[in-house]
Amino acid sequence: MSKFSKKRGASTPEISTASLPDIIFMLLFFFMVVTVMKESTLKVQVSVPNATELEKLERKSLVHHIYIGKPTAQYQAQYGTAPRMQLNDQFAIIEDIPLFLEQEKLKVREEERDFLTTSLRVDREATMGIVSDVKTKLRKSNQLKINYSARLRQGDL
Amino acid sequence: MAKKPRRESPTVNASSMADIAFLLLIFFLVTTTIDTDKGIQVKLPPWSDEKPDPLKLKTRNVFSVLVNFNNELLVRGEPMEKADLRDKTKEFIMNPQGLEDLSESPQNAIISLKNDRGTEYETYLTVYNELKAAYNEIWDEEAQKQYGKSYSDLDFEAKKAIRADIPFVISEAEPTDNENK
Repeated sequence: MSKFSKKRGASTPEISTASLPDIIFMLLFFFMVVTVMKESTLKVQVSVPNATELEKLERKSLVHHIYIGKPTAQYQAQYGTAPRMQLNDQFAIIEDIPLFLEQEKLKVREEERDFLTTSLRVDREATMGIVSDVKTKLRKSNQLKINYSARLRQGDL
Repeated sequence: MAKKPRRESPTVNASSMADIAFLLLIFFLVTTTIDTDKGIQVKLPPWSDEKPDPLKLKTRNVFSVLVNFNNELLVRGEPMEKADLRDKTKEFIMNPQGLEDLSESPQNAIISLKNDRGTEYETYLTVYNELKAAYNEIWDEEAQKQYGKSYSDLDFEAKKAIRADIPFVISEAEPTDNENK
């Protein structure tokens, strides 16, 4: 009687998943743009402090990093819990700094050597003893451009 | 007569595209970090083996900031909170009321910072940040007064002129070692 008869055998239409890869690609591109390749695995725990007078590190190719902090859990048995310095991939002592700087200088052209910047990534709980030793060694090696890594502080002190 | 084979372009099964995309995504998640590439830019003074002569400077021109191993500040002999440091520094440098115990002029003003080996780095950086912020705010105010623009909008020569009038001079001494005494 009815002109409107339900189609027999019609199941609920399948959800098309054709756009799923597109969503994933968008996420992927987001991460590719926002992040940087880790230069080295951190063997020390570094949580940088907050600050307001921040400047961006220009010319990443002219930046090398010095990490100072407590060794991570897997290295604490071997190296203790006092703050230590890490250069590139290895734990290091203060005397290793001049050689490290020479190696960094060799990686860049002559004209650009004066623009080398040292980025100090120091944990907020590290003490000034080791930090000032590092700074003194940098000054003696004539590496004067440094950048104290920090996150932007929201709100007032 | 043979029927013409039904023209049907074979569709590529695209279900594995999602898997490939997931794999790439996980690869990037694992190998990269959202790095903080910002920080406080500092030019260290060149190393010299001779100690600087402290007697040549007038006490009124020196703004001494001492930080002990308990992360407490002692500014010009008086305890101070970190929150007050910025404004007090600005007052010292510009000396708007011409007080006798504050700097003679921004050109003569020197900040002297001394830490202890046990001071926490976070405190040190906060103190340094407040001192730098004081100067940045003063430079901004000068830029507004002279050019009507903010300091960061000025060209290189104008910035250099303002920095020559109000130089950022901070002298960091060797840290004390009072915790282990």
